[in-house]
Amino acid sequence: MADPYVIEGRTGPWELVIGLEVHAQVISQSKLFSGAATVFGGEPNSQVSLVDAAMPGMLPVLNGECVAQAVRTGLALGAKINRWSRFDRKNYFYADLPQGYQISQYQHPVVGEGALEIETEEGARTTVGIERIHLEQDAGKSIHDLSPTSSYVDLNRSGVALMEIVSKPDMRSPAEAGAYVAALRAIVRAIGSCDGNMQEGSMRADVNVSVRKAGAPFGTRCEIKNVNSIRFIQQAIVAEATRQIAILEEGGSIAQETRLFDPDRGETRSLRSKEDAHDYRYFPEPDLLPLELSEDFIEACRASLPELPAARRARYEAELGLSPYLAGVLTADVDQSNWFEALLADSAKRQDKPAKDVAEKAANWMTGELFGALNRLGLEIGESPVSPAQGAELLALVADGTLSGPLAKQVFEIMLETREDPGAIAEARGLKQVSDTGALEAAIVEVMAANADKVADYRGGKDKLFGFFVGQVMKASGGKANPAVVNELLKKALG
Amino acid sequence: MAGLTDLSLAAMRAGLKAKQFSARELVTAHVEAVEAARPLNAFLVETPDHALAAADAADGALARGEAGLLAGIPLGIKDLFCTKGVETTASSRILMGFVPTYESTVTAKLFAAGAAMLGKLNLDEFAMGSSNETSAYGPVISPWRAQGSTAKLVPGGSSGGSSAAVAARLCAAATGTDTGGSIRQPAAFTGIAGIKPTYGRCSRWGVIAFASSLDQAGVLARDVTDCALVLEAMAGYDPKDSTSLDVPVPHYAGGLTGSLKGKRIGIPKEYRVDGMDPVLEDLWQKGIDWARDAGAEIVEVSLPHTKEALPTYYVVAPAEASSNLARYDGVRYGLRVAPDGGSLSDMYAATRAAGFGAEVKRRIMIGTYVLSAGYYDAYYLKAQKVRALIAQDFARAFEACDLLLTPTAPTGAFELGAKTADPIAMFLNDVFTVPASLAGLPAMSIPAGLDGQGLPLGLQLIGRPLDEMGVLDAAFALESRAGFSAAPVRWW
Repeated sequence: MADPYVIEGRTGPWELVIGLEVHAQVISQSKLFSGAATVFGGEPNSQVSLVDAAMPGMLPVLNGECVAQAVRTGLALGAKINRWSRFDRKNYFYADLPQGYQISQYQHPVVGEGALEIETEEGARTTVGIERIHLEQDAGKSIHDLSPTSSYVDLNRSGVALMEIVSKPDMRSPAEAGAYVAALRAIVRAIGSCDGNMQEGSMRADVNVSVRKAGAPFGTRCEIKNVNSIRFIQQAIVAEATRQIAILEEGGSIAQETRLFDPDRGETRSLRSKEDAHDYRYFPEPDLLPLELSEDFIEACRASLPELPAARRARYEAELGLSPYLAGVLTADVDQSNWFEALLADSAKRQDKPAKDVAEKAANWMTGELFGALNRLGLEIGESPVSPAQGAELLALVADGTLSGPLAKQVFEIMLETREDPGAIAEARGLKQVSDTGALEAAIVEVMAANADKVADYRGGKDKLFGFFVGQVMKASGGKANPAVVNELLKKALG
Repeated sequence: MAGLTDLSLAAMRAGLKAKQFSARELVTAHVEAVEAARPLNAFLVETPDHALAAADAADGALARGEAGLLAGIPLGIKDLFCTKGVETTASSRILMGFVPTYESTVTAKLFAAGAAMLGKLNLDEFAMGSSNETSAYGPVISPWRAQGSTAKLVPGGSSGGSSAAVAARLCAAATGTDTGGSIRQPAAFTGIAGIKPTYGRCSRWGVIAFASSLDQAGVLARDVTDCALVLEAMAGYDPKDSTSLDVPVPHYAGGLTGSLKGKRIGIPKEYRVDGMDPVLEDLWQKGIDWARDAGAEIVEVSLPHTKEALPTYYVVAPAEASSNLARYDGVRYGLRVAPDGGSLSDMYAATRAAGFGAEVKRRIMIGTYVLSAGYYDAYYLKAQKVRALIAQDFARAFEACDLLLTPTAPTGAFELGAKTADPIAMFLNDVFTVPASLAGLPAMSIPAGLDGQGLPLGLQLIGRPLDEMGVLDAAFALESRAGFSAAPVRWW
């Protein structure tokens, strides 16, 4: 086991204790309690129902689609699904909270305890406990910088369903926190319960951090609100832990409070202390009945789950014989992973071989050639100019000897530009490998005639000259000769 | 067409069907009555155009033989129901000028049945009150006067505009809402009938919320049959209200038999409170006799947690109200008071200070207090537990009987201002009505007699969940035996 992550202080090393509350926007056609649309980026206040605007006499009606998404997420995390749960009102005043309360699940969440296996970039594996997942409404958005004298409110997000996924305080390093969020993101994207888009705010985290000396009980924690990228989460953890260590080492104590991370300054600052904390006056939401789930509903949710990233990764290693590294890379993101699945299936079909026999070449090509090209072009897998079928055709052309490795690279570059099929490109541009023995034998005869002295030297024992002859024949063929065939014919001709 | 306003709703339907008069004539007579009765302050908004348009539509439908259940029937609508295009304020300053873009489910159903809305009826602010004196738009004056007195009396509350308007023959019936007695007590005070159905029987969608787990729409009308007709039109499942009940609505008026043969009527002993007016006690006994005469077996039952009902109610209802009324913040609609250079908090404080009246503020503060961390368990949670015990009391009682018979209110109507200085005395008005509300049960008040001052007193019938039919039928049996025919003498 690797050494635990510590931050060295004046008085020695400090351990970090980290827990995360991830707010994930649920993918659904309409909001948690109203029929309004949930699409990101609509004109301000264009996706607001009477319920979302909290008009007098309006009542919430629970959207079953959102419940199914939370249950599916819970099942994907191996969590306990609570057959009985309840919504509560969390009361506070703010301009972008029209009802004056948020409908949330306080005491009885829909999903209970689960666990998530994570692996850091350094390859360290650990398990992070899931405390609970509950459903709640998002608030609207206050806009303070449009006018010097007033604030504007956009209620498009008001009432959109969020899943709050609460971890146990099981993480001990920024790397683990990052790996946890990445793994969680991979899962919700794989099952389609959240798009995981942190830039648009559809996934964001409240980060709880405390520090302690090795073996000591948990210290007092601070909560850093609303951090919206994995990099910022990691930076915020280090900044906050460093701040706490400095206070403790000067003999001070940590005040439990809510803080904000300022990525520009790389520091956290106080938002409100525990004493100033809101009294949310939680009580059961009287406009809604308790949420009772049938076994059939839960089973239907389970049946709707696709293969999860961890299972797919294990399958790639065990059944396809891929290295842990390749299996990990190919299952980290659902879009890439599904692209690979398509590439693999088509490759096996075109080459008429079992998937495991074409998997490694396909995996290497995708993670090497394709990812390299997409990276260079700044494109996501979904924007790839080359389709899985075209990739499979390219791999098949290499496998059957039509294209050599170098030729395949040339063809791939053309595919990226023109989006044409590789076979058509090779045909039209004469890039096919020459394996025709007659043509190659003629070239060999010419090369030997032109280099009679070297033929004599070779035959006299200078074996190293073989490579020279191969090069000459390849050059004479314009790079299109099949190197294996050339080798074989040359050996025969040179005796 | 004098005399049209004296007809019962059922008689109006018969007259319309027999073409004795047109819906336009009927509605016009009521529009005139409403205008003439402005001293009662029962209506906040008069909508004669709406009423006359509905009357004309009803005349067409009647001529074609396609008339709905309430075709051409002039109704008053409590101003807690949102009505599309018609100002709706819940009698609060904070909603002054608020015109909904939507129609409550209940009013939409009534209009679909052909009803003609005469206007929006005054009420206690956000339905918080028992005398209609907390309205920001002034109290409603009861059409009744004590013998030999010209003192102004309260019409009960919170549906005080509804009770006054029906009693004064301004409309055939009126919608009400009942959270702790707000239909039954004003009905009793004004000598009319009023039913609060089972919680969930009528949709709350579009009804301005006071206490969500208690609020229930119902009807006030001249007699039991009229209540049955209107309730049938307004009740029913609504997918927009998650607490509404998905069960069929019976044809109530058709089910009235007037016989209580085979029925057991329970008399809860805990309702015999100390110091009860002997006249009321006597009336209750008369009710028992009428029930027996109609064929019922009388049984004494016990509801042991009765005395806990009022304190429980005054924790639960304000708690929910404190949250339900948070939306009136000056941001999106209604009153906004924004002090110059003030913050968002300043705007909230100024808006709510100016927009809410004293009783509403009192309940918001009580509700906020009982939900606060540290007090929640002692108040709200405990109240919920007691509420469950109260419901259990009723369930046990209904093992021994089919219906309960009690007085509706401890006294008859009192004078304006008599109890405004003492909130506890005001709350005590609800002592007999609150338990059924906490248990979500259907309950009805019918006029049964007059007190020593010649003012009406009511008897209450409480039934099992969803047994509005049983409640109405028992009320019908008692009504025919009570022979209550008193009406206010017009002074306005």
